[in-house]
Parts: sequence; structure tokens; C-alpha cells
Amino acid sequence: MPVITYREAIRAALSEEIERDENVVLLGEEVANFHGAYKVSDGLLEKFGPKRIVDTPISEAGFIGMGVGASMLGIRPVMELMFWSFYSVAFDQILNNAANVRYMSGGLINCPIVIRGPANGGTNVGATHSHTPENVLANHPGIKVVVPATAADAKGLLKSAIRDNDPVMFLENTILYGEKGEVSDDPNLLIPLGLADVKRQGTDLTIITYGRSVLHSLVAADILEKEHDVSVEVVDLRTIRPLDFDTVLASVKKTHRVLIVEEQKPFASVGSQLAFMIQREAFDELDGPIHRLATIDAPAFYSPPVEVEQLPNPQRVLKAALAAVA
Amino acid sequence: MANIIEMPKLSDTMTVGTLVKWLKKEGDVVKSGDMLAEVETDKATMELECFFDGTLLKIFSPAGSQVALGAALCAVGKPGETVETPAPKAAPAAEAPKADAPRQEAPPASTPAPVAAQPTAAPSAPASFGDRIKISPLAKKLATEKGIDASLVTGSGPHGRIVREDILAAEKSGSAKAGSTSKSGGASSFAGGAVGAKGPIQQERTVAVSTMRGVIAKRLLESKTTIPHFYLDIEIDAEPLLALREQLNKGLEKAGVKLSVNDFILKGSAEALRRVPDVNAAWEGTQIRYLAAAHVSFAVALPDGLITPVVKDAHDKSIFQVSAEAKSLGKLAKDKKLKPDQFTGGTFCVSNLGMMGIPKFYPIINPPNAAILGVGTTVTKPVVKNGQIVVGQTLTLTLSADHRVVDGAVGAQFLAALKAVLESPALLLV
Repeated sequence: MPVITYREAIRAALSEEIERDENVVLLGEEVANFHGAYKVSDGLLEKFGPKRIVDTPISEAGFIGMGVGASMLGIRPVMELMFWSFYSVAFDQILNNAANVRYMSGGLINCPIVIRGPANGGTNVGATHSHTPENVLANHPGIKVVVPATAADAKGLLKSAIRDNDPVMFLENTILYGEKGEVSDDPNLLIPLGLADVKRQGTDLTIITYGRSVLHSLVAADILEKEHDVSVEVVDLRTIRPLDFDTVLASVKKTHRVLIVEEQKPFASVGSQLAFMIQREAFDELDGPIHRLATIDAPAFYSPPVEVEQLPNPQRVLKAALAAVA
Repeated sequence: MANIIEMPKLSDTMTVGTLVKWLKKEGDVVKSGDMLAEVETDKATMELECFFDGTLLKIFSPAGSQVALGAALCAVGKPGETVETPAPKAAPAAEAPKADAPRQEAPPASTPAPVAAQPTAAPSAPASFGDRIKISPLAKKLATEKGIDASLVTGSGPHGRIVREDILAAEKSGSAKAGSTSKSGGASSFAGGAVGAKGPIQQERTVAVSTMRGVIAKRLLESKTTIPHFYLDIEIDAEPLLALREQLNKGLEKAGVKLSVNDFILKGSAEALRRVPDVNAAWEGTQIRYLAAAHVSFAVALPDGLITPVVKDAHDKSIFQVSAEAKSLGKLAKDKKLKPDQFTGGTFCVSNLGMMGIPKFYPIINPPNAAILGVGTTVTKPVVKNGQIVVGQTLTLTLSADHRVVDGAVGAQFLAALKAVLESPALLLV
């Protein structure tokens, strides 16, 4: 299988889907002539022309709103946000309109839009550019939320997202764009939304995580195995909504100890929801309290060395994991 | 902060409780699981259990007082802590607002079972766990499945929490087996080895005191040491009773009726209590309660103890009803399926060792009853009837009575009344 970057995997998914379906278009700031702020769409304008790859003004409310309207009329737009942090400018368009259209039209109108872009900290771009809104998005019924950790998942999930008939929020990560992995070049290979992936088998502790934290968790899991004789299972949620709780539950019943790792502020996060669901459904399977590691609860630190410590990292995961198996 | 213990709701219809007696006094060190006081409800007298470790700092409600539901009874805390007398609660009848209002006023330690209130992440207040066993949900489930008594397991988790590993280790080592009392202790009595067998009669061991044995020990010690017992016995001619029993059982065999001697005694006791009701009473410290109904309990031996199910309103039931009820209660007792209201609330108790061949014995009073009847075996022996020595069948009944409530003459009247009804047992059929 070809080894390509996460960035190339997303580009491949876009390219294959734009080629496959004439209704699929890519819109966003700088996606066409500049090839994307993070070069995700490099070469796509040349390949598909300005009708399919469209630069928009710096106006998220305007172009997301346009995308939502277009999707209601049968277009399948993929909207790029330069940073997910700017989704709040289009909050009404995404979470009031797109999320509710199918329900409020009695199922007559659906909204097959994908909104994608990076949502992460760790690159010292400051508090206003480092939001991770997966919990906010997932709080809205009608919205699907995907946070891929690997190149293969990014490709397979983005293709499913584009083919999905509901609004799908696709949260990438600028630090992961350069991460390489084996990715199938089969244009028909999809990864369904709502299916978690056990990235590592283990027996003593379940780490439930998603996005870049999956990579940190895998590094920590190797250290735990070698130096602490703790066998860790890493469950990558991949999709926050729909949530594959069956896989989570099966792993909890196997290891009886849980650590949730998320690059996200802890208050009312995906992790807090998971912790509730696990204790509710598997109370008698727990051999200790559910532990959680999140981003330290403060606006994103600008100082590079401090920001590293604010986010989950392998050392923080290691420490939290040891507490969870105590 | 001291924990204020309030009058709990001990029966579903209770609005006030009578504080019969304090079992602890101010200054006593108490721990979770200790019985603090006896509380009489509209149904029964029950013990008030302490859910905290500490010192009984202050008693707010003296013995004999009537206390509204939720009103403060006492405070348990650290020695030397000052305790303010809590403001009296609103009228107990106010059912509706209890969902939110009173809770917010005093969130900690307001009810007798506050154990779940404190989050585990508050290590600064470990005392709120009292004597609870810290055990993970999984370990708890495993302990139940494997029959392991978690109270005997040492926890290796954070703050001494028992975790799965500890239960598995306990299972492997064979320690902490729950109910080992009944399995090893019960078999010894008659099974015995062959005549002339050598070797130790049993393996020397210690067995943890079970909850039931603990309750028996506590209650009977308290009864025997605090109640001034006196004892009476009377021999009755058992022939009429045995004859009537045989006649009824034969005649009603098809109806499935099978009366035991004990059924006659239970019904007879209720009838005798009707004739001498002063025995149907309870000592309450500053007053004596005379009870309107004869709820007759009877002792049932279990492998690891005994329990006394109650035939409620035996005075108002036919002997056949009493018999059927005693039979079903006895079975529930042996299966350990009695509900609390089936073994509480008795006003008089019958203990029968006749089936073991014991001619007579003096049982210990089962508080708060004022008396207990001991029933011996039926003995075939020479008796004098109409000036002739003939073969007769006799039964000795004994009464252990609380002299604070029942004087000798009253006890004697009761036994005489019981003798009268049992020697003319047809009276029990009307």
C-alpha cells in the first residue's frame, strides 16, 4: 500500500470524490489559487477547474451559509475552514440551520454538507486559533462529527462524509498533516462513520481517545508495556457522533480500567459524556474510577514550551495511565 | 463538623418515633454499624444504627420522648467538638416540599444513609466514609459472585480500596470465605465419626462473627444482663391436646391440614394473652406499653443462628390460619427469605426444643417482649389420675418474664391460663 501523508490522504479523498460525483465541490478561503492555507488542495484547481474548486471571501458566515443553501438544493459542498476556530462566525449557519433542516422539513430537505479544516493546538497560533469544538458540535443533534487520527482514517472517513446526506463536521489537525501512513489507493474503500477502531490491543487499561491524542496514547502505551508491565488497549473513536459506544463498552468490560484522553478543554467535553455513559452502562465492570486527561482548562497558551504541557502529550498520558491502573 | 443523626423513617407509615432507650450515652465512642438507640415506630421497635465513626457528642432526644421524623436525635463527631442544637424541623406531615428544600439547608450528614453523598475525589474528608468498605464496583460484584466477605479483604488500591486483584487473591488463598460458619460449624453435631475414631474432633479455626451471630450475641447479652428475668414452669396434661390433634389431622387429612403441637401452643399463647393481657406488654424506660394485639413470634433454628418470624394478630386467627402461617413463615425463615416486617413486631415469643427431647428449659427474653415461653418435649410417664397411677403424657411449659413488667403472680396466672386452654384444646377451635 502506498505510504502518504495525512494531507495527501485528504487531498486524495477530495480528488476521488470530486471526480466521482459532479455535485461535489470544494469551497473556502484560499483553497483554489493558493492551494489551501495548509496545501491540502494542492493541484486540485488545475485538475478540476474553477467551477469545482472555488475561492471564497474571508467571510465564514457568508460562504458557509451559501454552502448550506447549496446543499439543500442538491450540491454536495465541501467547505474548508482555514481554522475550525472560525466556525463560531458561522455558528448560526452550521448549528442552527444545517443541523435542523432535515428535522424541521419533516425529512423532505437534507443538507449533505461537509465542513472541514484543522482544529488543534500545539502550533503556537494563540488562543483564538486553537479551538477544538468537537464537543460543542456534537452537542447538536443532526450534526455528525469526525476526528481522524491517521492518514488512512482521514481518507476513508472523508469519503464517507462527502457521501453522507447529513452535515458532517470533519476536524483535522495541522500537526498531523505531515504524518505518514499506509493508505489504500482504492477509490471505493470507505470507512463508515460511527465505527471506532481499536488501534492497540491490551488487557489492563482502556485508553479511549481520538485525533492526535491517539498517537500520544500509542507512544505512552508502548512505554507502559515495556517499563511498567501494563497492557494498554487504545480505542480510537474516529467519529464522535455517531458514537460507537459498543466498541467502548466491549473494551471496558475487557480491561475494567478507563482513561479518556482528549485534546479538548475538560469542562463538558466528549470525555465527560463518555465517563457518564460508561459508569451508567458498565458500573459493575469498573475496577477503579474513570480517569481523564484533557487540555489544561485555560485559553490556549501562546508560549511554545508551555503549550506543549497544556495539551495531552505522551508523558502526561503515561502519568494519567499509571494513576488509572493504581 | 459533627454529624447530626435524625429520626429515620423506619416504617412507611411512621410520622413519629418513640425513643425507647439509648444504647449509648454521651461521650461514648461509636462506630458505624453500632446500635445507638431503640426506636419504637407504629409497627415495631427497631434499633437505630450509627453510620458514622466518632464520639456520641450530644443526645437531643431523651429516652421516652416522641420524636418527629427528621428531627435531630443526637450528634456524632470528634471528641471536644462543639455541637449546636439544631433548629426543630417543620411538621413531619409536610410531605410535598421534602424533595428539595430541606436537602439544601443541610447537605452533609442529614439522613441516616448519607454514604454516597461525598465524591471520592475529596480525600480531605475521609471520615465521611466512616466504616464503609471501599471497594470498586467490579471487585464488589466479584466478591458477591465468589462468596467472598469483602470486609475481610485488605484493599491494595488507592486509599485502601479493594480492587479486582484483591478479590482474586483472596479467592486463591481461600481466606475471607463468607458464610464459612454454616458450612464448617454446622456439620459437627450429630454426624460424628465412627465409634472409637481417633484424631482431632475438628480442625481448630477461627470463624468471623456473621451479622446474624453478631445480632444474636448483642441482643441476648443485653437482654440477659439488663432485664431482670424470673422463671416459672408448669406441667400440663398433654393427652387431650395430642388426642385432638390426631383427630383433626386424621379428619382433615384430605384438606391438607396437619397441625403440629407447636401450632396449638402458638394459638394457645394468643388465647392465654387475651385472658392475661398484662403479659402482652413492653418496657419502655419511663412507661410500659400494653399492646392490643397478640403478635406471637416463634424461634426458628438456622444453620448459623436463629430468627423469630411473627404470626401477626394470632389472637384473631383460627388455629388453622395460625398453623398455615407458621408453616409458611418457617419455610421462608429457613430459606432466609423473610421480609423485615415478617420477623419484627412480635409481642410474645415461643421457643420450642421439644423436638430435640429437651424436657424443659428457660429461654432468654426477646426484647422488647415482656416474656418468652419455653416448650419442652412430650414425656410419657406415670401420672396420678383419679387416685390411680396410670401412664400419662405430659408437657412442661416454662415462662421467662421481665420482672419490670410482669410480676410473679401475673406470670403464674398466664401459665395457668395457658394450661387451662391447652388441657381443653377444643376451646382453641371456637
